[in-house]
Amino acid sequence: MNKKWVAYPYLVWMIIFIVIPSFLILFYAFTVRDEQGIRFTLDNFYKFCEPIYLSVLLKSLGLALFSTFVCLILGYPVAMILASKHFSKSATLSILFIIPMWMNFLLRTYSWLTLLEKNGIINSILSFFHLPKIDILYTDTAVVLGMVYNFLPFMILPIYTVLMKIDSKLVEAAQDLGGNSFTVFRRITLPLSIPGVMSGITMVFMPAVTTFVISKLLGGGQYTLIGNFIERQFIQLSDWNFGSAISMVMMILILISIGIMSKFDEDKGGGAALW
Amino acid sequence: MVKKIIMKSYLGLILLFLYLPIVVLIVFSFNKSKSRGNWSGFTLKWYKELFENSQIMDSLYTTLLLAILSSIIAVIIGTFAAIGIHNMKKFRKTMVMNLTYLPVLNPDIVTGVSLMIMFVFIGSIIGLKLGFITMLLAHITFNIPYVILSVLPRLRQMNKHMYEAALDLGATSVYAFRKVIIPEIMPGIISGFLMAFTLSIDDFVISYFTSGSGVSNLSITIYSMARTGVKPTINALSTIMFVSVLLLLILINIRSAREEKRRKQYDA
Amino acid sequence: MKKHFIKLLASAVILSTTILAGCGASDSAGGNSGEKVTLKVYNWGDYIGEDVIEKFQKKYNIDVVYDTFSDNEVMHTKLSAGGSDYDVAIPSDYMIKRMIDEGMVNKLDFNNIPNYKYIDEKFKNLAFDPNNEYSVPYMWGTVGIIYNKTMVSDPVDSWNILWNEKYKKQVFMLDSQRDSIGITLKKLGYSLNTKNQDELEKAKQELIRQKELGIVQSYVGDEVKDKMIMGEAAFAVVWSGDAVFMKRENPDLEYVIPKEGSNLWVDSMVVLSTTKHQKEAEMFINFMCETDIAFANADYIGYSTPHTEAKKMMSPDLLGDIAAYPSDEQIANCEVFEDLAGSIKDYDRIWTEVSVN
Repeated sequence: MNKKWVAYPYLVWMIIFIVIPSFLILFYAFTVRDEQGIRFTLDNFYKFCEPIYLSVLLKSLGLALFSTFVCLILGYPVAMILASKHFSKSATLSILFIIPMWMNFLLRTYSWLTLLEKNGIINSILSFFHLPKIDILYTDTAVVLGMVYNFLPFMILPIYTVLMKIDSKLVEAAQDLGGNSFTVFRRITLPLSIPGVMSGITMVFMPAVTTFVISKLLGGGQYTLIGNFIERQFIQLSDWNFGSAISMVMMILILISIGIMSKFDEDKGGGAALW
Repeated sequence: MVKKIIMKSYLGLILLFLYLPIVVLIVFSFNKSKSRGNWSGFTLKWYKELFENSQIMDSLYTTLLLAILSSIIAVIIGTFAAIGIHNMKKFRKTMVMNLTYLPVLNPDIVTGVSLMIMFVFIGSIIGLKLGFITMLLAHITFNIPYVILSVLPRLRQMNKHMYEAALDLGATSVYAFRKVIIPEIMPGIISGFLMAFTLSIDDFVISYFTSGSGVSNLSITIYSMARTGVKPTINALSTIMFVSVLLLLILINIRSAREEKRRKQYDA
Repeated sequence: MKKHFIKLLASAVILSTTILAGCGASDSAGGNSGEKVTLKVYNWGDYIGEDVIEKFQKKYNIDVVYDTFSDNEVMHTKLSAGGSDYDVAIPSDYMIKRMIDEGMVNKLDFNNIPNYKYIDEKFKNLAFDPNNEYSVPYMWGTVGIIYNKTMVSDPVDSWNILWNEKYKKQVFMLDSQRDSIGITLKKLGYSLNTKNQDELEKAKQELIRQKELGIVQSYVGDEVKDKMIMGEAAFAVVWSGDAVFMKRENPDLEYVIPKEGSNLWVDSMVVLSTTKHQKEAEMFINFMCETDIAFANADYIGYSTPHTEAKKMMSPDLLGDIAAYPSDEQIANCEVFEDLAGSIKDYDRIWTEVSVN
């Protein structure tokens, strides 16, 4: 279907609601307001080049990457199981995976506190059975747990929708030709699912880099990620210029990494065409 | 057989992980005290209080309305966008996709504040005040990318020649679209809708900055309570919402199971 | 499944459009009901007595649109962008000073607020509104240490106890720049409004030292209340109003205002410069200062009221509670936050450096 014009309503929407606000951010990033009024400057970017800020950025990227990886490892099997022929009610089942996300985020995270605290529910149960207590709050582990918890459904759903389409006859044919389960997975299922995996990674990694409530509550107030940082600039310090500059740097970094990732996609030929 | 048990257990484990906090939430909606971790007895008073609290109920209506409307509109715009993007040439496609990623990767605060400034600025020219409409527009904006990201993979999976084949067989383009393309990408559309709905229901920062006086969604109300302590009334609300959705799901399943049985009886 | 989904979707659309239409109808109906004024109030969440708004609406035949915000800075960011049209707001002390400086609040005509006479003198003319022209106090409190009697063997009367190596991982500090840096300054004997670089540097070193000694379990926000109730740590820095609640839930907890002094905070009512109903806004503020209303508010919220008559109606237990109504000598060394203006960047710098250590 060669109709490109169907995208035009979206393009208009995009220009009004994404491009224009982005120009605003650009404007703030490159200007500074002082006694002489507003002037163009690169100061905001220079400010960001201090090691302290760069280390925060690196940590955020690393944590987001790791959380995305965990989501992928945990979520892909879920999508596979749901899409396999063993489950007929998989559509309903898949909705079950997203319903928890409809409960308020703050409440859910508070519940994790109740579960993970030293005198929390999990430890109460563990000590009842004379098992050693866990103490993972205010560590990286707790933050990753929180991130995986919040983003897992966004990894499962796109992979699931792609996997369910993969013709089971392809899989059977491969098995008939002598492939064991692992080879079949590696050569047939995995490559065909890449579009879904890419979407999933995008929908998890990007918000994971800039999230901050999870790290605030589960990592402790001083667990500073780039998201906390940007929020502080905008809200506490009313320094929209610096905040916008940091946002821009991050934007560019992430877009570049997505660009690199999609190179992999293109090489594999992407999509359903295997021949 | 063993394989099926392993599969079921794995799903069960993941579901347990996802629902554990929800169970805690529900249990503490019956807690006598305001505390989220200190159990001091069973009570239904929070449920009673919930129905008398007009502020929370108003927020609930606003939230649901916002979520449903923004998801539906986002699905419509997004699906067509995905189809259009799918057919674009490489360069344009990359540009559009990169711009599409912006609401996803930008911190909420940046999206919220920039939209707010734009609305205020444009509003002063065309007389649009911050309010429900601006909130809706903002929600649609951050929902559309997720719809696009859900539908695109299905488009890529689709055999590109099916549409042409349908046209060759005599279908009009609208008919071919309805009967060939849409069913193919439907799971992507549904999954996009679900994700958009999820994001909309739970959004705080963007909603806060793009709303006007008198318009609050549930997230705004709840976050505002954090300072003095979120009361279990909110837990009660969440429990009711959760149970309703589950019931709805079960009902749908019973109906479709009955229909399947009827169909099987026909075939038999 | 797909068929049902479409049906559900269709009904959802129909439902939503009907509701929207209904809302629109009621909106215009409300607007057309003639000269009835609508007052827009912006307050913290859960920060008003249960039927106060209804009572006000009935008494004065003024409609009230009541919105909530989660903290001062977020509220300020939203209001300063210009898109909002609230009439009355209830921010905290230092934020009010900032709003006065930025022209965001109007002067009050105290002839319209006769009930102002009930406000305790010691809450008038404070640093953030020196001639008390812009604000009327609503709630107040202190910042102090709450500790669990069963987990602490030393006397608790100074901020130094929070630096005591005996209590590794037993201290919750506040995730708030001004509060945490502020109490450290007080501990060192300085003012918590200082802009002096040396003093700030020393405070920074103290905070870093506290972290390096492993004393701090975490920097927490509002979730600290439940944490202390559940005995997660021995000490926490908290606001007094929360302390009252915590002590009620867990009798092992005690609250103390350290001898070096602390922060005295006040939330006050102001009329925003975007208002079109100055008189009605002042009527609202006056209404909130009626004795039984002030009592209803304080009773529901659980914080301390600056209203002298309402205070008299409080229970003797509460009046004797240092967390609720400390005596004048107990708060002698307490300071109110002043707006730091440009120096806020120094504070943030310190905060960032402490956080990466």
